[in-house]
Amino acid sequence: MTDYVTYLIYAFLGINIAFNLLGSFALHRFPDVYTRLHGATKCTTFGTIFAVLAVVVHALNELRITGDPKYLQMTLHSVVALIALLLTNPTGAHAIAKAAHLSGVKPAQAVVDAYEEKLRGGAE
Amino acid sequence: MIAPVFFYSALIIMVGAFIAVLRVLLGPTVPDRVVGVDTLNTLVVAGMVLLGAAYDRTIYIDIAIVYAILSYIGTLAIARYLQGGLK
Repeated sequence: MTDYVTYLIYAFLGINIAFNLLGSFALHRFPDVYTRLHGATKCTTFGTIFAVLAVVVHALNELRITGDPKYLQMTLHSVVALIALLLTNPTGAHAIAKAAHLSGVKPAQAVVDAYEEKLRGGAE
Repeated sequence: MIAPVFFYSALIIMVGAFIAVLRVLLGPTVPDRVVGVDTLNTLVVAGMVLLGAAYDRTIYIDIAIVYAILSYIGTLAIARYLQGGLK
């Protein structure tokens, strides 16, 4: 019984490490700000979901074995941290992208820039 | 028994945070550096949650909650400054 829980924690931590490292390598492999923002934000948010899931499974297993209410507190606070991150991370990425476009950094290899056309008020 | 696994995965995530710091140091434009700082904040939150499980301290996870919200406020302030001043 406990072996299955251990393998589940190993799988969650493996997905966490893989996606977080992909997110930080995406900062170096993409050509401009917008693609870097896309890769880094998506991959690190998805990886952090699995980090919190691994901690939740570990804490619920310890709660089942020992019955210490400290582990219930650890579970609830991890979920609150995950909810805070899931609400704030895409909003921050949107704000960075809009600020980068308004401060004059254009997409590197873009063919169509719909936001630029909307700002100029051209043909819609 | 399982606590060293959480500790070593937090260590590997800190290696990823160092790679994000390299983008902060050599980013050609200012929004590149802001993207690097945003990635660094998310990785620090993930590492702090894992360290809280590794050391059996719930206070580390509370610090992760406060750090996530404060880094969001910092990112929004820098974005408002970049798009034409804090008005």
